[in-house]
Amino acid sequence: MEENTAKQPGLFEKGGKLGWLHSTVDAFDTFLRVPGTVTRTGAHVRDSIDLKRILIIVVLSLVPAALFGMWNVGYQHSLTFGLGWGFWHNFWFGFLQVLPLYLVSYIVGLGIEFAFAQVRGEEVSEGYLVSGMLIPLIVPVDVPLWMLALAVAFAVVFGKEVFGGTGMNFLNPALLTRAFLFFSYPSKMSGSFVWIAQTKANALADATTGATPLAYLGECKEAVAPLTDHFSYMDMFLGTVPGSVGETSVIAILIGAVILLWTGVASWKIMLSSVAGALFVGWIGNVCGVSAVPAWAHLIMGGFLFGTVFMATDPVTAAQTETGKWIYGFLIGALCVIVRLFNPGYAEGMMLAILLMNTFAPLIDYCVTSCSVSRRAKKAKIA
Amino acid sequence: MSNNIVLKRGLNIPIQGAAALKTSRTVKAGTIAVKPTDFKGFSPRLLVREGDRVLAGSPLMADKQCPDILVTSPVSGSVSEIVRGEKRKLLEVRIKADDTVEYLDFGVQNIAGMSAQQVKELLLKSGLWTALIQRPYGILANPEVKPKAIFVSAFSTAPLAADTDFALGSEAEYVQAGVNALTKLTEGGVHLSLSAANCSSTPFHKIENVVSHTFEGRHPAGNVGIQISHISPIRKGETVWTVSLLLLAAIGKLFATGRLDLARKVAVTGPVAKNPSYVEALPGMNMKDIAEFYDNSKGDIRFVSGDALSGTSIGPDGSLGFFDNQVTLLHEGTEREILGWAKPFRFNQFSSTRSYFSWLCPKKRYAMDTNVHGGPRAFLMSDCYGKVLPMDIYPIYLVKACLAGDIDNMEKFGIYEVLPEDLALCEFVDPSKNDIQAIIAKGIDLMIKEMA
Repeated sequence: MEENTAKQPGLFEKGGKLGWLHSTVDAFDTFLRVPGTVTRTGAHVRDSIDLKRILIIVVLSLVPAALFGMWNVGYQHSLTFGLGWGFWHNFWFGFLQVLPLYLVSYIVGLGIEFAFAQVRGEEVSEGYLVSGMLIPLIVPVDVPLWMLALAVAFAVVFGKEVFGGTGMNFLNPALLTRAFLFFSYPSKMSGSFVWIAQTKANALADATTGATPLAYLGECKEAVAPLTDHFSYMDMFLGTVPGSVGETSVIAILIGAVILLWTGVASWKIMLSSVAGALFVGWIGNVCGVSAVPAWAHLIMGGFLFGTVFMATDPVTAAQTETGKWIYGFLIGALCVIVRLFNPGYAEGMMLAILLMNTFAPLIDYCVTSCSVSRRAKKAKIA
Repeated sequence: MSNNIVLKRGLNIPIQGAAALKTSRTVKAGTIAVKPTDFKGFSPRLLVREGDRVLAGSPLMADKQCPDILVTSPVSGSVSEIVRGEKRKLLEVRIKADDTVEYLDFGVQNIAGMSAQQVKELLLKSGLWTALIQRPYGILANPEVKPKAIFVSAFSTAPLAADTDFALGSEAEYVQAGVNALTKLTEGGVHLSLSAANCSSTPFHKIENVVSHTFEGRHPAGNVGIQISHISPIRKGETVWTVSLLLLAAIGKLFATGRLDLARKVAVTGPVAKNPSYVEALPGMNMKDIAEFYDNSKGDIRFVSGDALSGTSIGPDGSLGFFDNQVTLLHEGTEREILGWAKPFRFNQFSSTRSYFSWLCPKKRYAMDTNVHGGPRAFLMSDCYGKVLPMDIYPIYLVKACLAGDIDNMEKFGIYEVLPEDLALCEFVDPSKNDIQAIIAKGIDLMIKEMA
């Protein structure tokens, strides 16, 4: 299984005949085999962890949400049009609907990543493996593929590559894709028509049938009936409601969260404080009579949990300091619910809450580190 | 004043090849190499020529900036070769050793009656001044400076490090003499840090004339830099000195016997070491002199003077460094593992994270090699570094400031408090595979240049 290739010069190595392709070849090569490079300076031995491993764990943790999402696409379609499909039929329909999204997401995104790495002569970073997995899960299933391609290209080039690639970006590329779609093509991204997959034979005519739970939120000022008439809390927990592909099932997302927390890949501080922030604002909303929807219901509605578990915890765009993570997470949860309570026009606040806090994360970190530095300086004066 | 400091953060690296607590033999010195590169900040002026005869304690080189600082020969014999590298940089002075060592006599001293100046002069003359390391920056101590305090760590937590009690336990009286001498050089006293695990049984708990502390925790709790940051952090403008327990004993021996005797028990360790154990040897011992510990017929062994985290790679013809009492032998991991990162289990690889399952076998020891296990990437993760650094600093902010050459931020984020070895574990756990110690070393070099 193992061979020593350290001494063999290669066609694709720097200086070789096809040396200009070396970033691309190297990416595939190291995908299959761990590089044979040895440490030069410093620590002579290293931990076996690398970014490929960390990111594949994130991808794995998204699999339950993706699989459930596929089934739910078929289920919602079957339910809306009264087709009475079985489990596998639902899943197969959804799979065929979601697969093109994945193809577009990965081909466009990875294509740009490879091209930039090639031009820079660097190794291809694995960051897009996660972004590409996330993007199809946070868009409506019927989004036109050319729009998705355009949005992905925008997010990868202007959200990431112009700053220097994975690790240098300050906005989450997957959310940037969604934001681009939302602001450029609002008719395809919101309202009641977009959440159910439609075919030529079965197109939606009735304006109310495809709405997500969040669409009813604005009507719940005095009582929760407008919401609970359409969906039970159990439906929302299981995820058998309309919504973006991967965001609906709390159970599937929680499985992912357990994987992320158990392996320590994602920060539990961000997740916990985000939930706390949402509950806090939701509670204030209840007390002040802004909304009759109980605070905890916000946790299982819409994209809140998906965003908290998979998007807010993106280590690159989140706060980097441990204290900062508490503040960052709390504000995400709080902002999300604030948007939901006070902006009935567009009730899904998670995307904007996270993007806004992505922008402020460096400021939070700056404040936290400055405090620490001045605290240390003060301690020195006393000593 | 004694206090116990508990460090929660850190990591003990479970690497195979700990040395058995026995001295297998005394290595008879053949050719001894004295390396000016061991001493950071030392620019050597050669004082001997090939063929010159030297005694143990005779000067070989002097510092160009401060000619009083001498590097002396640890052995008697004749200068056989002067090895130079690129641009004629002096790399080694090789000495063909005599059969029996003849010592230059510095005279037995009555430490109690000595002044600071006399202590200083003797240390300079004998070449043991170079044992003192000045922080910030980890450079040769400046004889003109009076340090805030002198710090000594009486235990090591580095991977496979020589057992302090076994290697130096019999020299406690010399350590005491060394302490008595060094207290004359500072008003802040000599601070001695013991391991909480054996602070009452170790021979060093009886050392007097020191401010003693105990530390509890995993590596890097034994690093003197970490200890200083908990005892009395170094601020801008302050200077402290550190000395290893090994060389503190040598200093004590110098004052007590009048001889420069650098002989030490060296732990030969590492996953590819055969029957790892201790040998009696001198600094500058060639790796070929301990050939019974390894089989390098394939040329795939890395010879490290020091520990696996922050030792120096010296090559098969290299020699033990002045400060080291450990040799680590590692396999050069040039093999390419098929689908390494994608395998659910990698039973023979250690990871400090739960992404693999090595946390299930906390007692297991691993045959680690020098493979990097990944390609270099930008810093992505933010929490893994702080978990292994028990200091009140933000390691990645410091590293980034060093990368940017941003002096203000390097100061703010604690460049005065760290040496590369303190961040060695951050480098070990780094999933982005950056050479963090090299980055810190470069940052320190920049500071030395800019703040001079």
